[in-house]
Amino acid sequence: MADVLKKVPVREQDPKVRATNFDEVCLGYNQEEAMEEAARCLHCKNAKCVQGCPVNINIPDFIADVKEGKFEDAYKVISESSSLPAICGRVCPQESQCEGKCIRGIKGEPVSIGKLERFVADWARENGIKPPAPETKNGRKVAVIGSGPSGLTCAGDLAKLGYDVTIFEALHEAGGVLVYGIPEFRLPKLDVVAKEVENVKSLGVKIETNVIIGKSVTIDELMDEEGFEAVFIGSGAGLPMFMGIPGETAKGVFSANEYLTRNNLMKAFREDYDTPIVRGKKVAVVGGGNVAMDAARTALRLGAEVHIVYRRSEAELPARKEEVHHAKEEGIIFDLLTNPKEILVDDNDSVCGIRCIRMELGEPDASGRRRPVEIPGSEFELDVDTVIMSLGTSPNPLISSTTIGLDVNRRKCIIADEETGQTSKNGVFAGGDAVTGAATVILAMGAGKAAAKGIHEFLSAK
Amino acid sequence: MYKILEAGKLADNIYQMVVEAPRVAKRCLPGQFVIVTADEVGERIPLTICDYDREAGTITIVFMPIGASTEKFASLKAGDSFRDFVGPLGVPSELCMEENLEETRKKKILFVAGGVGTAPVYPQMKWLHEHGIDADVIVGAKTKSLVILEDKFKSVAGNLYVTTDDGSYGRSGMVTKVIDDLITNEGKTYDHCVAIGPMIMMKFCCLTTKKYNIPTVVSMNPIMVDGTGMCGACRVLVGDEVKFACVDGPEFDGHKIDFDAAMKRQAMYKTEEGRALLKLREGDTHHGGCGNCGGDK
Repeated sequence: MADVLKKVPVREQDPKVRATNFDEVCLGYNQEEAMEEAARCLHCKNAKCVQGCPVNINIPDFIADVKEGKFEDAYKVISESSSLPAICGRVCPQESQCEGKCIRGIKGEPVSIGKLERFVADWARENGIKPPAPETKNGRKVAVIGSGPSGLTCAGDLAKLGYDVTIFEALHEAGGVLVYGIPEFRLPKLDVVAKEVENVKSLGVKIETNVIIGKSVTIDELMDEEGFEAVFIGSGAGLPMFMGIPGETAKGVFSANEYLTRNNLMKAFREDYDTPIVRGKKVAVVGGGNVAMDAARTALRLGAEVHIVYRRSEAELPARKEEVHHAKEEGIIFDLLTNPKEILVDDNDSVCGIRCIRMELGEPDASGRRRPVEIPGSEFELDVDTVIMSLGTSPNPLISSTTIGLDVNRRKCIIADEETGQTSKNGVFAGGDAVTGAATVILAMGAGKAAAKGIHEFLSAK
Repeated sequence: MYKILEAGKLADNIYQMVVEAPRVAKRCLPGQFVIVTADEVGERIPLTICDYDREAGTITIVFMPIGASTEKFASLKAGDSFRDFVGPLGVPSELCMEENLEETRKKKILFVAGGVGTAPVYPQMKWLHEHGIDADVIVGAKTKSLVILEDKFKSVAGNLYVTTDDGSYGRSGMVTKVIDDLITNEGKTYDHCVAIGPMIMMKFCCLTTKKYNIPTVVSMNPIMVDGTGMCGACRVLVGDEVKFACVDGPEFDGHKIDFDAAMKRQAMYKTEEGRALLKLREGDTHHGGCGNCGGDK
């Protein structure tokens, strides 16, 4: 008899093997494992997990279906709330959301809600189950800008309500951060992302790639000339930040965005694709978030020795626990309480090292985390040939600067009502990273969902 | 898919194509660029817009094959399609903005065009000509057979000065020599210069115009991936500031550009690109033993 206080363990690729390939790390549950794990759910009447979920999936109900082997029913329950379950099951920070609230977690491990969601979504895909198509169409046109998590969710929900939705995507593939940012080994592109995008399309959503709103066409033109009655902006937070230290324009310094885009979207890791990538021998990734882990584990798979350089300690790493754990298993070296001061370059302007300084934690700062303080005289050189800056991103001003009457805040984030997504401009709604700054896939989905409701109310009243 | 309506050669190794891209054609202005891919596995390649026809919904591009991806472009014919063609990207040339017209009219403008960089100069001069401003232009090429668009320039320029490095056509010598000649020997004065061409040409152009205190704008064409400010690959040092060529440029104050750093950055993928090119040309026979590219290491 399995220990009811513990999760049914999920099968994973061996760390030594997976460090050399781009195949998915986590193999997921099979039917028996899923049913066994589902049996651990207490089916709480006033389920806390649902409150922890940004899109409020009816978690106890879908798990009850899994427990009885009624996987199609489970998929229907999830589909009522989420358009992208195969993705959320893989990339949501469950430990701070649904699983963080699970009553089982008080005395032992919470129910593995994320892995169960993933199982149900994968099962549905493998068995050709699609979300039900809308019964009636109202023919009213809504434009969605960006095909990332918030855009796909908003478009899917609006299509279900009968709207004629077109998504405009700046890049040549749909998926946004799911395609350019999150690596293959965490989120398979063809089997998972492309299929979820297909599901959204099967609801009647059109996707026009290679259209940069603000450049190819403006929001005002979409509304005035192309007949869109409402617009949802889900354009993400695309602009990478740099540190502003000497040597940052040298050869061998990349933003995590560039490094990951080359590898994920442009598939530089594959011999049959033309885009090049620099395969460093010794790589430093500066930062401690999920994107930093993704960049580090990508560089490792391309053959490098990889260091995470982070100015706070392990407890403050913003990345999901599972990602940190996987990174360590694969052999990523964590240089914590360490901050770069200067990138060192050779005669050819190529990176040849980083001058770093050791840090210690002082008093708590505005974020409530203890502020890292430099230790005088502790400077040292880290010998690397590649530096990847993963310090966060901010929203792209292309849209806000070309849309009349769209207000942004100090950080260039679009100002939008949390409940409805309504911006300062009539008929224009926004959500996801474009509003909040860099956050998570599921929060963006939650915002897309709220905005779909907001747009429906707005257009129904019109 | 973006259909190629016309495909031809302007010179020995310089290709011109007219491509159907109505959204780009509707909004683009001189100085802006597009990003193009040939097929699913291709790189995203930035190319400057060389002409546009708003009614026909077409864009003209001019390029010289220098790597695997541009070689693929060169192999496409009229009737074929590009997989992706996105734009217009970047900020339009300051000279070609309606709101600056009054200022622009007061200036004596000199364009300096070099090599394949000659092509993006044309739409700027055409726009100015259509707005009653005839600027002078120096068109430089290595040799006679590489001089492009001469007739087109004749129809929009004030004075056209063609020069070849080897003296086989027009004047003889580099474009910088022509600038010196025009100003010191032929009594010309200019108060604005736009130089577009190979990085090394723009560098020396800027050194020359600096002598005469002529503000000079250059068009940078660094390595790019997305073209929307997302990756930061196209960082250029302008004065003390780091700028992204894709969203802040591609045109910058040439007297503030650190050309040496920019040239080094541009060479970042040289070996990788070279390898991809050899692979494309030699197929399975390419194993990197020839010493040309350093091998697949």
